[in-house]
Amino acid sequence: MSPSVNIKRLLEARAELTDGGASGAPIVMSSRIRLARNLQGMCFPGRAKTAQRRDVLSTCENAVAQLPHMQEATVLHIDELGELERQVLVERHLISRELSQGEAGSGVIISREQDCAIMINEEDHLRIQVLRNGGSFEEIWSVIDEIDSKLEEDLDFAFSGELGYLTACPTNVGTGMRASVMLHLPGLVIDSQMDKVIRAVNQMGMVVRGLFGEGSDASGSIFQISNQQTLGEAEQDILTRLKGEAIDTIIEQERNARQRLLENEPEKILDKIGRAYGILQNGHVLSSAEAMSHLSLLRLAIDSGFIQEQWRGEVDRLLIEMQPGHIQLAACETIDSHERDTARASFLREETRRIPPPNL
Amino acid sequence: MGESLVCDICGKLATVHLTQIINNKIQKVDLCEECAQQKGVTDPEGFSLADFMAKNIESSIGPEGIEGPAVVCSSCGCTPRDFKNSGRLGCPDCYDSFDSLIKPMLKGMHRGETHVGKIPHGLLKRVGLRREINRLQDNLARAVEQEQYEDAARFRDELEQLLGKPEGPQS
Ligand SMILES: [Zn+2]
Ligand SMILES: [Zn+2]
Repeated sequence: MSPSVNIKRLLEARAELTDGGASGAPIVMSSRIRLARNLQGMCFPGRAKTAQRRDVLSTCENAVAQLPHMQEATVLHIDELGELERQVLVERHLISRELSQGEAGSGVIISREQDCAIMINEEDHLRIQVLRNGGSFEEIWSVIDEIDSKLEEDLDFAFSGELGYLTACPTNVGTGMRASVMLHLPGLVIDSQMDKVIRAVNQMGMVVRGLFGEGSDASGSIFQISNQQTLGEAEQDILTRLKGEAIDTIIEQERNARQRLLENEPEKILDKIGRAYGILQNGHVLSSAEAMSHLSLLRLAIDSGFIQEQWRGEVDRLLIEMQPGHIQLAACETIDSHERDTARASFLREETRRIPPPNL
Repeated sequence: MGESLVCDICGKLATVHLTQIINNKIQKVDLCEECAQQKGVTDPEGFSLADFMAKNIESSIGPEGIEGPAVVCSSCGCTPRDFKNSGRLGCPDCYDSFDSLIKPMLKGMHRGETHVGKIPHGLLKRVGLRREINRLQDNLARAVEQEQYEDAARFRDELEQLLGKPEGPQS
């Protein structure tokens, strides 16, 4: 099973998440905004018949084709993709797990820079997503707002004066907007403070979840923070509150935790970093959870100045490409998890060879 | 089938999800932490989903067949039960059809009960157009009343022009 031409091109191209911000930023890995939109007078995808879904798909594709931002974009139909190809798109955050299991009439359109992905017939007719490496919400909002307004010239969106944009699930009604950041929080995890952070953020009506694995010890210490509420608050206010009340506070707490750890128990942190580097360069069997936590420590080493800044982007790319779908697609076949762990270790040995040893 | 995000009792964010087989059917409840505690769901032995469903869920949706024909969205055929099972509505019109079910739910879920934020530009244009039509109609009526027929003719022309526009209201 070798990847189709379309997917191969996506993997080989420079992408926003893997190459976008040159060397990336400490703590804030990426930011994204997504908008849920539906067409007036059409059943939501979950209830629509296949023929209706196909209608909506081609209507939406034609509208997206008019967008200046989406020229040279890749158009993919989910039912024409192999299982591994779908998995790779999920691992690159270009489609949701839900869309990857979608039926006929579901698709995604991915911009050339892979900074915009428009899913069609996921839970809603349209899920527009714009993301940035590191990134600020203001810039992302201005891009996605423009895309949304252009689409609306061709599409009649379901909208009510009282409830705003109407969505398949009432949890998204109103703005239909979900904004999120991916934060790298090894300091708070090592310092056992994540439970406290999660509870505090939940009380603000926002959500924290581990990107890989659940709860406060998510492997890789990567967490996604997003707004939960979409009705009764304007887009700009949601973004300002999310950033001001939650994200900025968490970033500051992470900085403090790192500083405390390096001051109080430097040998504990240096030992973790040194071992991680050694295993990545010399290991022969690596599960994705283990690889994730070693790469996470390498990122911490870069943020702390033990390895030069320029390697951060490389680590971010490896965090994506060491996932099971990518490892298998590179091997051109579905392989069992033990073979995968061997293939992953040899991939990482090869890729981390060039990274100079941390100056501990 | 996805888990509903909404507590079946109070509409807050659901974190406790339970599935049991009752009378050959798979039934599920989704509850927030608080309601789960209150209803004794966290007690692993003393809890029966069947009792729970009978006491709590039916009362909010209404048992089918008792209050005459059950509510159905006339546009898509979705019922409150479909919504309950999947956590998703069938079409945009469902918001009107199940108004009394959805409104209280939104209250616990969101920061407010009405939309503030972006409005589609096309809609804004239509709202603006309607305002202009109202203004011309008022002017026309006044002109006729005051027997200023030249003005009246002008307002009538302008009105016809606006009403003839493709994005004008179909009336
Ligand atoms: Zn509750
Ligand atoms: Zn409906």
